[in-house]
Amino acid sequence: MTDLAVAARGARRPIRAITAWDRLKANRNWLGAWYMLPAAAFLVLFLAYPLLLGVWLSFTDTRIGQAGEFVGLENYEWLWGDSVFWTSVFNTLLYTGVASVVKFAVGLYLALLLNRHMPFKAIIRAVVLIPFIVPTVLSAIAFWWLYDTQFSIVSWTLRKAGLIATNINFLGDVWNARWSTIFANIWRGVPFIAITLLAGLQTISPSLYEAATIDGARPWQMFRHITYPLLTPIIAVVMTFSVLFTFTDFQLIWVLTRGGPVNATHLMATLSYQRAILGSYLGEGAAIATAMIPFLLAAILISWFGLQRRKWQQGGRDD
Amino acid sequence: MTDAPAAAPAASRAAKTGLIRGRADVAGEGMAYLETVPRRLVTLYLPLSLILLVLLFPFYWMALTSIKPDEQLLDLERINPFWTPTPTLKHITKLLFETNYPSWLWNTMFVAIAATVLSIVASVLAAYAMVRLRFAGAQWVGAAIFLAYLIPPSILFIPLSTVVYQYGLFDTPFALILTYPTILIPFSTWLLMGYFKTIPYELEECALIDGASRWQIMSKIILPLAVPGLISAFIFCFTLCWNEFIYALTFISSTHNKTVPVAIVNEFTDGDIYRWGSLMAGALVGSLPLVVLYAFFVEHYVSAMTGAIKE
Repeated sequence: MTDLAVAARGARRPIRAITAWDRLKANRNWLGAWYMLPAAAFLVLFLAYPLLLGVWLSFTDTRIGQAGEFVGLENYEWLWGDSVFWTSVFNTLLYTGVASVVKFAVGLYLALLLNRHMPFKAIIRAVVLIPFIVPTVLSAIAFWWLYDTQFSIVSWTLRKAGLIATNINFLGDVWNARWSTIFANIWRGVPFIAITLLAGLQTISPSLYEAATIDGARPWQMFRHITYPLLTPIIAVVMTFSVLFTFTDFQLIWVLTRGGPVNATHLMATLSYQRAILGSYLGEGAAIATAMIPFLLAAILISWFGLQRRKWQQGGRDD
Repeated sequence: MTDAPAAAPAASRAAKTGLIRGRADVAGEGMAYLETVPRRLVTLYLPLSLILLVLLFPFYWMALTSIKPDEQLLDLERINPFWTPTPTLKHITKLLFETNYPSWLWNTMFVAIAATVLSIVASVLAAYAMVRLRFAGAQWVGAAIFLAYLIPPSILFIPLSTVVYQYGLFDTPFALILTYPTILIPFSTWLLMGYFKTIPYELEECALIDGASRWQIMSKIILPLAVPGLISAFIFCFTLCWNEFIYALTFISSTHNKTVPVAIVNEFTDGDIYRWGSLMAGALVGSLPLVVLYAFFVEHYVSAMTGAIKE
């Protein structure tokens, strides 16, 4: 009975010789190339090519609607003597430096607070992330209203509390405008850092803290010798992302000040938009954007080494 | 980075899914009894409520402004500005029935969904190929995609605007649908690679022995098991698209093609002193879809956010 069945099935399907096509179909590299194709097409056409084109544009005098010619370093020489450009570099470094440090400090503190046991923990953690979910432009508009010269509720509250005599000119004064935009950036960035670090905190085994408590460690010692070393890898990665995206920020400044008052709050990104799109000098704008690349490369290298260091955490060898 | 043992991401994922519900954190509960109530008040509840107040106040103010009548917006003295006794829907109805706002919402939604679907399809294929097919040079391609993740739109928009113009896409939704995936693909590929790594190899080997093709393995075994990862990637990409500003500002010029963030900034910010009500209503209505989505998928957001960084 069973013999018959086997024989019948064998008769119906003779074994076919393996063709080159069959081998190709099972070839990892051949299959891999086809699976990679859609992603590669997008990234080459709309990322790699524009990136190179941008560098090329920065060496030309292209304007909107007019093909440019190669002019060598002329755009860069012009920017070198341009005080507005240097103000934007200064602003970008100030904005990135101050905002990143404060975001990290407040974010880590908030993560440590959220890691403790409390009622309604789930809801509180969910609520913290809302500033990150709401589109930046829309929350920036809320900040614009909060920073209004006449009807700012912040000025009103401080005036009623007797702390200031007249309304604060949040966005009209050079330094006020800088600090106001930095504050808005910190507000927007803290939840991301806090929640990511919280995820890192939760992978630390509680028995380490119990052992440290038995040994008589103070809270600061526990933070310094347990939490911080175990959190270092994730801090490195999160901060690289934070620095990278703060450095290239555009939305907040564009909504709040558009680079004003008198070009005093331009970041490199907003200045390149103003020169290239509004002023139609594509070549010059591209030169400003290209000037950001060395800073980004530095951030990427830091991130790379930050990621590599994770090996020791997972039981691998140290780098 | 790519050669991390599969067990470690699995363990960290277990911690992540418990993040919001607080399932996984024993750390806080274990020794909480050592603290006294007044001490907790000063070291925990006080600073936490201060931070929460600052984080949430702009949204309260946004919502309050959008339902306040105009005269109360500009008169802070006679009525307490932190509350309104006479809420009105005037700003919101004006927004929805007298402006192009519904069509901007539709544009944003359409662009976000189309770009997200395109990106997820491309990312699933790429992530599967890199994690499981492991073709020659897969690590290098993985590293290149990670680098692409780090290239921000602010340095690409100028050359991209000329590219978009050359391809004849300028001022069409396709300009955005085709450029947004450059932001989304690197992110979701990394996220999905992490998820795919946690699926046991044995399942795939069994399927290969049974004569399944790679395509069948991916669509019938890997994808159903990676559904949580797909949801995370999908909603996170959708949020990023909704959030995107600089490409939409540069590549779209006619009013009816704009997305919500660009339209609000450009169309509502005329010099009108009474503009605040409609501006805040526009910001509120524009944020609501994302906040609702977030409320339903909190854990997926968190795992998407931490996942792409950890893997």
